[in-house]
Amino acid sequence: MILSAIVELSRLQFALTAIFHWFFVPLTLGLSFIIAFMETAYFKTGNEFWKRTTKFWMKIFAINFAIGVATGIILEFEFGTNWSNYSWFVGDIFGAPLAIEGILAFFMESTFFAVMFFGWERVSKRFHLMATWLTAIGANLSALWILVANAWMQNPVGVTFNPDSARNEMTDFFAVAFSPVAMNKFFHTVLSSFTLAAVVVIGISAWFLLKGREEEFSRKSIKIAAIFGLAATLLTAWTGDGSAYQVAQKQPMKLAAMEGLYEGKSGAPLVLFGILNGQKNISARSVDSLKYQTEKPFHFAVSVPKVLSYLANRDLNSFVPGIENIIKGGYPVTKNGKDTLALSIAERMERGKIAIKSLADYQKAKQAGDETGRDIALKDLRDNFEHFGYGYLSKPEDAVPNVPLTFYAFHLMVGLGVYFILFFIIVLLLEYKSKIAKQRWFLVISIISVPLAYICSQAGWIVAEVGRQPWTIQDLLPVSASVSGVNPNAVIATIVIFFTMFSVLLIAELAIMFKQIKKGPGA
Amino acid sequence: MHMLKRVWMFYYDGFRSMTVGKTLWIIIGIKLFIMFFILKLFFFRPELAKYKTEEEKSKVVIENLTK
Repeated sequence: MILSAIVELSRLQFALTAIFHWFFVPLTLGLSFIIAFMETAYFKTGNEFWKRTTKFWMKIFAINFAIGVATGIILEFEFGTNWSNYSWFVGDIFGAPLAIEGILAFFMESTFFAVMFFGWERVSKRFHLMATWLTAIGANLSALWILVANAWMQNPVGVTFNPDSARNEMTDFFAVAFSPVAMNKFFHTVLSSFTLAAVVVIGISAWFLLKGREEEFSRKSIKIAAIFGLAATLLTAWTGDGSAYQVAQKQPMKLAAMEGLYEGKSGAPLVLFGILNGQKNISARSVDSLKYQTEKPFHFAVSVPKVLSYLANRDLNSFVPGIENIIKGGYPVTKNGKDTLALSIAERMERGKIAIKSLADYQKAKQAGDETGRDIALKDLRDNFEHFGYGYLSKPEDAVPNVPLTFYAFHLMVGLGVYFILFFIIVLLLEYKSKIAKQRWFLVISIISVPLAYICSQAGWIVAEVGRQPWTIQDLLPVSASVSGVNPNAVIATIVIFFTMFSVLLIAELAIMFKQIKKGPGA
Repeated sequence: MHMLKRVWMFYYDGFRSMTVGKTLWIIIGIKLFIMFFILKLFFFRPELAKYKTEEEKSKVVIENLTK
């Protein structure tokens, strides 16, 4: 009971910190490039208008950066305190990418960031422009390494588990850094951040147009942001497809939850829109199996035939396993290039228990100086290590994430992604016809789109992180085995402190930002 | 030495001429104080830091993972 409370509170604490941290990051990633484009226009034309425009957006960038800076460090505090077993188990996988991230962030951002803000009259135009571009590239490269670490948790490759230290040791840096999961995650995340920043620029510019102020500034800002945003959103959709393919291959349970797919099928349809049946609750599966089995997964759903099969396996008629198939096993899979049948979760739990016992036996044999016993335990551990985490599950249903949250977050993210493609196209059309300043209804929609961009971005992370539950490291370590024996009251206290501190920071950011926006680019 | 002085003056003049930046630096300062002098000191003591050697830490984690 206490362990369950610690797990849930620590998850809540981590989710709260990560969500607040992610309020600040995407605008930094995207706005840095929009600023670089504007300053490039200033460098090429020498027109003071572009300098004034660049300086205004730079101020917005600085406010967001300053309020958000270091909020991610709290996540690292939490790793050491609340998730000590996990932190030790991941070994140097987190250490190496985060060290690179820290060095890059410190040297590139802090050096060139200062030149960006202090150097307007003190360095050459060319050097200043270079500093602006390097700040943008540096900020996005910083994101690369933290996303590589996250991708490894979703797809642990390039490591060997050391049974003497209980740590995973990196054996192939390139397999970790450039795995398809990591690459898709990086590009999908930064490109979606570009989309968010473009929407923010359009939203703020729309406010100026509604107020009848700064028409040239607003229309040129909108034009740059809309072109950048449309390109970013289309590429986000492309990398999203790549990410979904990787999820289908590496985390089939997450894909099943994303689609509310309980019974797998060949030529599986993609749900465009649906209302889940709350009675089809996975926790009821072991309590009242008959009722659970007879309930339909959806009250209502609009689907496109065969598309999920294509997205998951690049084959319209391929089989996509549902939650029930993954629990029961027995469906065809390809493993290490060989066709075989998937194990059931119960079988994986058995093999996971063997792996955990082998680790204990290995330690005992080592202490007793029993080399034969140690070798036998090590072989058993190696043979079953890919199922290690399943040994901690109490029942097969524990391997299923929160289906409604994952499903709705996924469909909200995709729906808003499609909306933003249409949004940018309409913005560009209206701007091309010089009508945007007069379409007050559309300017209002542009302002309303700003919070939608943040909701879309956060929904993406909910899909990624809730969808992979119960794992902190896919198949190897569930949340229940990752936590430390911390005092639940201390965790509650930090949740209250975080919520207060982050709320104050967010209010401060919005208040300072609104004040600067009201002053306008002329200030 | 001349170079170092120029770098120092670059940052010194930059910070001195800030407007919004001053408010932001105050917020950053308060935030870092709360993070490192309240949260880190009183709530976030790394669980394994009480064990001195790597071997002790490994032993504790293995015990946790195999119990």
